[in-house]
Amino acid sequence: MTSLPEARPGQKKLGLVIDLDICVGCHACATACKEWNASGHMGPLPDFNPYGNDAWGLWFNRVHSFEEGEGEGARTIHFPKSCLHCEEPACVTVCPTGASYKRAEDGIVLVNESICIGCKLCSWACPYGAREFDADEGVMKKCTLCIDRIYNEHLSPEDRQPACVMVCPVSARHFGDLNDPRSEVSEMVVQRGGGDLMPELGYKPVNKYLPPRAHRMAPIASAAGIAPAPPDDAPPSGDRLLRWVDRLLSR
Amino acid sequence: MYPALSIVFFTTASGAGLALLLVLGLGAPLGLLPQSQSFGFVALAIAVLLTAGGLVSSVFHLGRPERAWRAFSQWRSSWLSREGVFSVLTFVPASIFSIGWVFFGTTDGFVGLCGILAAALAAATIYCTGMIYASLRPIHQWHNPWVVPNYFVLGLMSGFIVLDFLVRLWDLHAPGLALIVLVLLLAAWQLKTAYWRYIDTTSAPSTVRSATSLGSRGRVRMLESPHTEENYLLKEMGFKIARKHRMRLRRIARLAAFAVPAVLTLLSLIFGGVIGAIAAGLAVASAALGVVVERWLFFAEAKHTVMLYYGAEAV
Repeated sequence: MTSLPEARPGQKKLGLVIDLDICVGCHACATACKEWNASGHMGPLPDFNPYGNDAWGLWFNRVHSFEEGEGEGARTIHFPKSCLHCEEPACVTVCPTGASYKRAEDGIVLVNESICIGCKLCSWACPYGAREFDADEGVMKKCTLCIDRIYNEHLSPEDRQPACVMVCPVSARHFGDLNDPRSEVSEMVVQRGGGDLMPELGYKPVNKYLPPRAHRMAPIASAAGIAPAPPDDAPPSGDRLLRWVDRLLSR
Repeated sequence: MYPALSIVFFTTASGAGLALLLVLGLGAPLGLLPQSQSFGFVALAIAVLLTAGGLVSSVFHLGRPERAWRAFSQWRSSWLSREGVFSVLTFVPASIFSIGWVFFGTTDGFVGLCGILAAALAAATIYCTGMIYASLRPIHQWHNPWVVPNYFVLGLMSGFIVLDFLVRLWDLHAPGLALIVLVLLLAAWQLKTAYWRYIDTTSAPSTVRSATSLGSRGRVRMLESPHTEENYLLKEMGFKIARKHRMRLRRIARLAAFAVPAVLTLLSLIFGGVIGAIAAGLAVASAALGVVVERWLFFAEAKHTVMLYYGAEAV
């Protein structure tokens, strides 16, 4: 059924929190995702013409890199993106067959490949580009939030996390219940001012992005090329040890 | 958006076919159209063939065409499913109406009622087609109030141009038909112009800043794509058309879909007879070409928000 499940109080909203401050853009999450999911719930993830020109293939997670600002004030931000498991997923409601659905128990958005007709409308309806078409099987595929890991009783409890979260070498990715205000991920979002991607479209994504911390950066140069006065809570200049301690304490 | 020819053909052919069915189903029972059985047969056959041909073409767009029947199930939430349901439902009263008119020579009573019902269902189908596109929030060039009226009026225009040709071919008396064609051509020109003005002067509320939640330090731009080669998203949603070509194709669409058919319809109105029929036939050909170009552009000019993650700063 492609109508959305009725909202119930206390219902789980499983999702990811991605820290743009510490992602180093190593692409390990994308690779681990591909590795796990190629033989997982929604596998295979075919590659087309893999050793020739114009190679392309299915990935549920990709790392984009952006630059923000100009000159010395500019910074590079690595930006991993996978399905955001929205609360209002139009990819589900546009589906004509019922293949796309949102699970009532945890909010995970999935595709039932055995009834998907491959009309691609869901991929048009997703603003984030989370869905990819498998031209081999003629059906749409997407991130499952590693549903075959997080509930997998054959894995030890600490391994019951999405592959992208498990592999991240800098812990830039966190998995949890974003409906529970006391969960680690929810507290992280509150502390760091985590936000939504394209909130103006009203999809209410569950995954949150934590913004890069401001105090690590050189101040933004003003139009005249003169740096503005540092704010009161800026790190002390001069003593390197003091600066280091300040950085350490303000994490 | 990538302009898949199967969908371009589907929306133009089915649009014209359904609109023709709408006009026949409504016009014949009300006595506004000639009652000739051979005319009814050819006109209804063309309407059904255009509609069914378009639907078959759309099935070829699917990754799993053999499962197409499943698309009738989710009409509660999906405009695509509703379109499928209404298009098939249309054929039920349309068949009764066609049999009544063609084999029994009547368009009154129950047969006429079926005609009116078929017309209503055909209108609903065209509306659903428009809503499939108009409901997609990530595509600014589709998610706007001009899309549904354009689908509707361009469909009606195509249907009426075909009808005008058939009426002249049979040399039948249908007063005012050519005038309706001219009015519809003018309306379609105005609506398409308004649509193009809208997409030229506005852009999506989403930008690379809102897509990445970045921007506190100034301009946000892509540094590196996630990969060096293309992917499904770029193939499907990353279609780009140069401004120069866009403008040229818009001129072609304007000329072929509206201006030339208008001149030809005027000619057929003035001369009538054989010349009138030839002019009306050429109007059909020109409008068909023009509407295909227009529909191709409707896809080619549409930009998806996913491109904000691949270097676009606005869509």
